[in-house]
Amino acid sequence: MAGLTGSRRRGGGAGWLAAAPLLVVTLIAFGIPAVVLVVGAFSVKGGGFGFENLSATMREPYIGALWSSVKLSAVVAIGGAVLGAFLAQAVLTSRSGLLREAVLTASGVLANFGGVPLAFIWIATLGNSGVVTAALGLGSGVLYNFWGLALVYLYFSVPLMVLVIAPALDGLKPQWREAALNNGASTWQFWRHVGIPVLGPALLGGGVLLFGGAFAAYATAAAMVGASVPLVTLQIADALTGNVLIGYENIALALSLDMIVIALLVMAVYLPLQKRSSRWLA
Amino acid sequence: MTVELRELHRSFGGTVALDGLSLTIEQGELIAFLGPSGCGKTTALRCVAGFERPDTGAVFIDGADVTRVPANRRDAGMVFQSYSLFPNLNVRDNVAFGLRVRRRPASERHDRAAELLELVGLGGFGERYPHQLSGGQQQRVALARALALQPKVLLLDEPLSALDAKVRVNLREEIRRLQLELGITTIFVTHDQEEALSVADRVAVLKSGRLEQVAPPAEVYDRPATPFVAEFVGTMNHLPGRVSGETVEVFGQTLPLDGAAPGVEVDVLVRPEAVRVTPSADGRGFILASSFRGSIARLRVQLDGGGEVLADVPGHEAVRLAPGLKVDVTLVERPVLTAPRTAVAAPVEPVA
Repeated sequence: MAGLTGSRRRGGGAGWLAAAPLLVVTLIAFGIPAVVLVVGAFSVKGGGFGFENLSATMREPYIGALWSSVKLSAVVAIGGAVLGAFLAQAVLTSRSGLLREAVLTASGVLANFGGVPLAFIWIATLGNSGVVTAALGLGSGVLYNFWGLALVYLYFSVPLMVLVIAPALDGLKPQWREAALNNGASTWQFWRHVGIPVLGPALLGGGVLLFGGAFAAYATAAAMVGASVPLVTLQIADALTGNVLIGYENIALALSLDMIVIALLVMAVYLPLQKRSSRWLA
Repeated sequence: MTVELRELHRSFGGTVALDGLSLTIEQGELIAFLGPSGCGKTTALRCVAGFERPDTGAVFIDGADVTRVPANRRDAGMVFQSYSLFPNLNVRDNVAFGLRVRRRPASERHDRAAELLELVGLGGFGERYPHQLSGGQQQRVALARALALQPKVLLLDEPLSALDAKVRVNLREEIRRLQLELGITTIFVTHDQEEALSVADRVAVLKSGRLEQVAPPAEVYDRPATPFVAEFVGTMNHLPGRVSGETVEVFGQTLPLDGAAPGVEVDVLVRPEAVRVTPSADGRGFILASSFRGSIARLRVQLDGGGEVLADVPGHEAVRLAPGLKVDVTLVERPVLTAPRTAVAAPVEPVA
C-alpha cells in the first residue's frame, strides 16, 4: 500500500513536471500582466496605494463608457446567441450535409474576422459613402452609432455562436423530442420543458463568450466610431496613449480591473450551469 | 384496443422498409416484431407511434384510422431503444411529463408518478436524476413514463438491447408481468429471438418489409412457415436430401415433406433437437465438439462425407458422448422443411 502511495506521488510529480511549460507560459502571459495591472490600478499619484483610480472610474466619463460597453456587449451577446442558435439549429436539422459543412466552415472563418479590416468592409458597405448606403439612399450616419457598432459586432458573433452551440445541439437526442411528442407535448412544449433547459447552459455559455468578445473588442470600434460611441476599451486606449490628457495610465489600469471584475461576475453565473449541462449532454 | 396495420408501404430513398405489411394485433395481446436489421420492424412500430407516415396503407387503433394523426395526439406510450429520459428532469417529473403538458394538478401528477414508480419497482427513486440510475432502472422509468397516460397501446422499440444479459432477462419478465397485469395491447420490437419467443403471445417475423410468419412462439419455432423463419428462429441444420414425391430422403431415411420443395436436390432443415446421435463404430461421423448447457449438451458432429451436424442430447449423456467418439446420426420422424441446396451439410446458427 505504501509502495502504491509512493508511486502515486511520483506519478503526481511527473504530471506537474509535464504541465510546467504551460504553467510558465500562463505565468508570463497572464500572471505578470495581471499583477502589474492590479498594482497599477491601486497606485496613486505621488506614491502609495489607494482607491483613487478605481473611484475615478466610477465617475463620468468612465462610468458612462463602462455602462455603454456593457450595454453593447449585452445586445451583441443576446442577439448573437439567439440568431446563432436559430441558424445552427436550422443548418443541423437540414437534410443537406453540404449545407452543414459549408455553414460551419464559413462560421469558422467569419468568427475570426474582426479588427480594422472588418470595420472597413462595413464602412465600404454601409458607411456614409458605402455602396449599399448610396444604392438605397440611406443618408449618412447609419453605421456610426451604437446600433451600427452592434450590427458589425454581430457579423463575427453570430458565426461564433454557431460554432459554440452546434455541438450542444448535436447532443440533443432526437429520442427526447420523440418521447416528448409521445407524451402528448407540442413542439413548443418540448422546447420549453426539455430542449431549452438542456441547452440553456450552453446557450448561456455562448452568450458569455459573445459578451466577452464584444466587451474586449477595440480595433473595430476605434476604426469605425472613434469617440462618438463611448466604450471602455476606447477610454483605456485614450488614457494609455495620452490622447486627451497625460498621466492617466493608472486610470486605464483601473478600468481594466473593472473589466476583469465584470467578466468574472459573468463567468460566476455561467460556470456552475455549464457543469450541470455537460452532465446532461454527455 | 386492437391495432391494425393495413398494407403499409414505406420507402426511404431507394430502400424499401415496409412492403405491404398487414397485421392485426388483438386487444391485450403482446406481439413481438422479430427480424434482422433493416427488416422494417422499427419502421412499422414508428408508423403506429406516428413518427413515420406510411407512403401508402393505413394504421388503425381501436378501429379509428390514425394514419394522419400527429404523434402527440395518438394514444400510444412508447419506450425507446436508447435511454430517452429527459436529463434535466428528475425521475418523478419524467414519469409525470405527459400529465404536466396536459396541465394536470401537481398533486395528481405526483400521485400518479409515485404509483407507477411503485409498479416498476422504483418507489423512492422519484427525486433522482437519470444520470444517477443504471441502464435497467432508466428503462423502468421510461416504461413508467410510457404508461403514465394510460395509453391504448404500448410500443417497445428494442427496450432491452442496451442492457446487460441478466438485467435484460429480469426486465423482460417484468415487462410481461406488467403487460398482463394492465392488459394493454403491446408491440415489442426486437432482433433477439429468445426475447421474442419468451415474452410474446405471438411473434411476427419480418423480412425485407414483409411478414414471413405470425404465430405463437411455439408454432414459429416448431412449424416455421418459410425457410427464412426456420433459419432466423433458432439453430437449424442444413442436410443434403433428395425429394421424391411427397417425401425426401436424407441420411438413408425417408421423411414426409412439410410444404413444397424447391427442387429435387434440396437442403433438409432440421433442428438440433430433432437429430439423434448414437455411438456406432461404423457410424457416419464422429463427435467434433461438445458444449454442455445444463439440461442439454450440444454436439457438433463431423460427417464422413463432409459437413457438420448439430445435435442436442440430454445433458447427462454428455460424458458418454465425448468428442472423438464415432457415432451414427438419425433424424426424428416428422415432416421437414426444405430449402434450395447449398454445398455441404452445415448448421445455421441464430442471428441473435
